[in-house]
Amino acid sequence: MAVELKSWKELPIGGVIPGGATPELNKTGSWRAQRPIWDSDKCIHCLQCWLHCPDDSILIRDQKVTGVDYDHCKGCGVCAAVCPVDAIEMVPERGGAG
Amino acid sequence: MKKVMTGHKAVAEAMRQIEPDVVAVYPITPQSEIAEYYAQYVADGLVRTELVPVESEHSAMSACVGAAAAGARVITATASQGLALMVEILYIAASMRLPIVMALANRALSGPINIHCDHSDAYLARDSGAVQIFAESAQEAYDYMVMAQRIAEHKDVRLPVIVNLDGFTLTHSSQVVETLPDERVKEFVGEYEPLYPLLDVDNPSTWGPFAMPDYYFELKRAQQAGMEAVPEVFLSVQEEYSRLSGRPYKGFFEAYKLDDAERVIVVMGSTAGTAKVVVDELRARGERVGLLKVWLWRPFPRAEVAEALSGAKAVAIMDRALSFGNMGALYLDITSAFAGREGPTFVNYIYGLGGRDVPAEHIAQVFEGLEDAVTGELRYLGLRE
Amino acid sequence: MPNVKVLAQRQEQRGSRFTGGHSLCSGCAEPMIVRTVLNAIEDPVVVANATGCLEVASSRYPTSAWNVPWIHSAFENAAATIAGVEAAYRALSRKGKITKRIRFVAFAGDGGTYDIGLQALSGALERGHDFLYIVLNNEAYMNTGVQRSSATPRGANATTSPAGSVIPGKPQDRKDLTEIVVAHRVPYVAQASVSNLIDLANKVERAMKYEGPKLINVYSTCPLGWRTPWDSAVRIAKLAVDTCYWPLYEVEEGVYRVTYKPKEKLPIEEWLKPQGRFRHLFKSEKGKAIIRELQEAVDRHWEELLMKERCTQGKA
Repeated sequence: MAVELKSWKELPIGGVIPGGATPELNKTGSWRAQRPIWDSDKCIHCLQCWLHCPDDSILIRDQKVTGVDYDHCKGCGVCAAVCPVDAIEMVPERGGAG
Repeated sequence: MKKVMTGHKAVAEAMRQIEPDVVAVYPITPQSEIAEYYAQYVADGLVRTELVPVESEHSAMSACVGAAAAGARVITATASQGLALMVEILYIAASMRLPIVMALANRALSGPINIHCDHSDAYLARDSGAVQIFAESAQEAYDYMVMAQRIAEHKDVRLPVIVNLDGFTLTHSSQVVETLPDERVKEFVGEYEPLYPLLDVDNPSTWGPFAMPDYYFELKRAQQAGMEAVPEVFLSVQEEYSRLSGRPYKGFFEAYKLDDAERVIVVMGSTAGTAKVVVDELRARGERVGLLKVWLWRPFPRAEVAEALSGAKAVAIMDRALSFGNMGALYLDITSAFAGREGPTFVNYIYGLGGRDVPAEHIAQVFEGLEDAVTGELRYLGLRE
Repeated sequence: MPNVKVLAQRQEQRGSRFTGGHSLCSGCAEPMIVRTVLNAIEDPVVVANATGCLEVASSRYPTSAWNVPWIHSAFENAAATIAGVEAAYRALSRKGKITKRIRFVAFAGDGGTYDIGLQALSGALERGHDFLYIVLNNEAYMNTGVQRSSATPRGANATTSPAGSVIPGKPQDRKDLTEIVVAHRVPYVAQASVSNLIDLANKVERAMKYEGPKLINVYSTCPLGWRTPWDSAVRIAKLAVDTCYWPLYEVEEGVYRVTYKPKEKLPIEEWLKPQGRFRHLFKSEKGKAIIRELQEAVDRHWEELLMKERCTQGKA
């Protein structure tokens, strides 16, 4: 992760980080040793995976699962563990993030 | 309006006139009466302040940090062990650049436990990042409480400011204090303008993050910039306040009969009052003695103090606290300003620990002692050998 | 009552209040709890966070996982810090400078609550500030390396109460923080678990009806410290609930209600066995004695809880 380090003169006062979350600066997908593969045919959209995902990496639209945010998913497998219909399979990770 | 009041009351009056949004405070001798007066103001509806009667000084400073970061103007007060308990969070307040104003009723640190005055509590917070001002009198405590607000909140400073007043000597003794009309103080301090307040929920900010070696150093250097901005702000606030009050505050210290003085005492706090009496007496006998009374201790005005002392032959630097294993902190502050150049003889006096009385005779002894002083000497004033 | 669709809808509408891009361990229970709590609250919130895993992992400068105003000050002062924020809110609302309704949440671990932060918590509860305090209870000091806390169960192998050849893990029983908070007679106190997130969301919603101090002690699996698989957070916590080691209940204005009663109360071994921190207990007579004692304690406390529920019924 190549982030440009700033000079002390450029930092907002008091160590404050203004502007809320910065998920783009910490792509934890690179941690992953196994990757969740979501099967849209099997999915019943109960959202248990979304509810439990520690990394907020289950993508949803209109309260339905649409995929996985591989930029941040760390591959813990909780989604697969809580899925009542085995719609998520954990497979060994080969590439890097994304 | 001139009135006879204690140092407590003078501080509480300044607070009433400033009317901060939040006061979080915990009782401790000799500070408690400040909290009591203020609680009464709240109970009587004289102020709209939210009083947070916390269960410890640690929580007092923690609540001040939360409130100040939320966007409120905040004042607290403490002493001795209370400051010791607070100091962890005081460092954090300074790092967050929160303009929390605090009255510190100087009292010796335990142990043994002691409720009387010395400056070991202020010295404990020396490197905390808080601005530190010492008052000589109840009047100065009042005036600096009002000025502290402006210094703390200045956009280039944004740091906690401690106004030190000697426990009992100032807090509990009645003196004549001239206060300003309420509306003058309100105009002087103005509206508080918070930066990135937590209560601005539409623009969320992350306060108090975790910094790794890649940023900690830069963040601390940026904090130092707040301290660097203090001297200029201090002088301009003094100037404005002097115009408002008619009381002449000019400079980081008071130079009392210093111009042609050969022997000089440097001191902080109420002992300066006694020293002035002694200076006057000795001057009446034709002795060229003078006094430098430090107002602004942190940041320390090294260059200005050095300049003011450069004409003296011998200087007694008086520390009302031990820095175990070394010379007193004020001594080191001043002598280091002379590093690499000619200066007067400097001797260090440790005095008044745990409320040990400092009568005029002792001050006279210090001036006498400067006749045969050797630089680097550490002497104890008023101690039974 | 919020179901998962309501929570999802809320997050879709206003964005995630706690996002990915934090550095908590893979499979950590804490973010599941944090996101659920924040999704369960309708109003804008300000969060105070004690030092701990959550704080460190979500705020590494200059990154942040927080889309709500957030403050961390120190380890032991989350309650005092949020009290200050809330006091500022009251003062500025009174002066008309703030017009929105804003709610206040503190997150702290068991170390920051049961131990070093207990005094600040007690003070803030007594003073009656309007805030919700969430304990992320993973039963040890995980951020500093799995040292024992007063929430660590008897017999657990923690780095400062290690399982040795003479002493088989932590000798002392855990403290009952939830009941300590109940004794402050605040309007709402509950226990919840990462295994029952909708139950947690419901508790948050009930809590937020009250103005004043509320606390929910949430059981939060730590796969690293408990030595369980990365994907086990929900399963292990569920066993704590189904053995009645960690009962789910609430105390609303003094009235106890057990929000989940397992159909079959499992033996304590079911919860102990899958966790590396208890493995040694099964290997010695001393350890087996501790297991029996743990079971007796669970049974006693569960009966007490049911009795409290019966005793306080009709009080409402």
